[in-house]
Amino acid sequence: MNDPLYREIILENFEHPQNYGVVKNANAEKTSVNELCGDKIHISARIVNKKIAEIAWEGEGCAIARAAASILTGETEGQPVVKIKKMTSEAFLKKMGITLTPARRKCALLGFATLQEAIK
Amino acid sequence: MNLRKDFPIFGNRPEMVYLDSAATSQKPRQVIAAMTEFLEKHNANVHRGIYDLSQEATDIFEGARGKMARFVGARDEREIVFTGNASEALNLVALGYGKKFLTSGDIVVISAAEHHSNFVPWLRLRKEIGIRIFMLPLLPDFTIDYRILDKAKIKKEKIKLVALTQASNVLGTVNPIAEIADYLKRRKIKAKLVVDAAQSIPHMKIDVGKLGCDFLAWSGHKMLGPSGIGGLWARRELLEAMDPMLSGSHMINEVTEEGASWNRVPEKFETGTGRLEGAAGLGAAVDYLQKAGREKIAGYEKELTEYLLETLIKIPRVEIYGSKSGKNRLGVVAFNVAGVHAHDVGEILNRKQICVRTGHHCAMPLLARLGVESTVRASIYLYNTKEDIDRLAEGIAEVKKIFRV
Repeated sequence: MNDPLYREIILENFEHPQNYGVVKNANAEKTSVNELCGDKIHISARIVNKKIAEIAWEGEGCAIARAAASILTGETEGQPVVKIKKMTSEAFLKKMGITLTPARRKCALLGFATLQEAIK
Repeated sequence: MNLRKDFPIFGNRPEMVYLDSAATSQKPRQVIAAMTEFLEKHNANVHRGIYDLSQEATDIFEGARGKMARFVGARDEREIVFTGNASEALNLVALGYGKKFLTSGDIVVISAAEHHSNFVPWLRLRKEIGIRIFMLPLLPDFTIDYRILDKAKIKKEKIKLVALTQASNVLGTVNPIAEIADYLKRRKIKAKLVVDAAQSIPHMKIDVGKLGCDFLAWSGHKMLGPSGIGGLWARRELLEAMDPMLSGSHMINEVTEEGASWNRVPEKFETGTGRLEGAAGLGAAVDYLQKAGREKIAGYEKELTEYLLETLIKIPRVEIYGSKSGKNRLGVVAFNVAGVHAHDVGEILNRKQICVRTGHHCAMPLLARLGVESTVRASIYLYNTKEDIDRLAEGIAEVKKIFRV
């Protein structure tokens, strides 16, 4: 199906999320809530030698929020922290490759913002 | 009911299916015209000028108060305080009455089905003056289990206030307020009864005398009126005993360098210039509902509510939160499509111009008890049709197709 929003990448990550759970011995961790809808994403990561050695997410949310968190962990694992810090929200949204209304941008960026807070 | 033609928005958006009236109602042309007419022909500040125009504005403003008083069965129009909305009215009870008359250890009883507006002000009082909150659970039919007070290990004489919603904004359940008032009396619980009528007033005939309550709060925008105006009803002696929430102009009697004395009620609570054209619109909304006939509206809505429930029940994977019968319930139906988040349902429905609310509906404690983070909510009003509900069913079918469930 060729849906502009619920593309295969979104549905796939929603139905079969990557890195779901909590990282053991995490040294960066944060939970955020989207106050509009109550969606909640928890991100945990273990940083070794200024790189994300391991990252996981868990939480409740819509397909966009969950798929975005899943894609985020897939994209950032093994990456240098400094590179993630520099990543803009636009750049991240580009990776997801979907068109979002302003209301849904918040959903897609919930995990991203949480990770940014966690590695601050 | 054939009233849809009175609502210009449906002419301007012919494809739209509006199922979010529990959030705010659409406005009939009569309400819009009353506001425009006020601004074009009668606009001046009220209670101020000696000139005719100011008197006209005052008559419209006070006329709306009188209409509102008769609408809720108040015996005296001075018992109607205009507020911004139901939230502000409930805050006025908490801060103007609660803060003055409650003390540490006093109990405020609420229910698990309260909107944040009738929960957070009490949380605030708990923090500020140390009151206690007792939350009544819900029965299997989703009405409030008030009889639990018989068994509850709390001192009955400490219960000073009982604040309940007349109709849940999530479940649609209509609570038996008169029965609860009677119960409190029989148990000799001398608490003031506060009723949040934000959801009920647009759909049901309300008579404060018959309800047996002490305070009634509502919003104008849910009952066809404009946003920014609502009200609080309380018996005059109660209003006279209460403190104002805000101070400044209009609410005073006399101001000297030494101090100020408060105006009489209800002006004591209406600080600053009020919602003038808002009152004009609210008065027109009351006229509109009276003319349409409250019983007729309720009858039509019952039919639509039953059709909405029947339609949703028939769809596999749709889970309804609340009573599945149209009895003692309004046309507010919360549901989820199993396996799909409410936001995604709302997103796909929006593509078909179907407006529903998604999220926690400002009732997070209730959703927690229901064991869900968020739901979809469809709510009807007098302008909806069975066709709207059929379109909703089509929309849900599309959701299931996209999500492969």
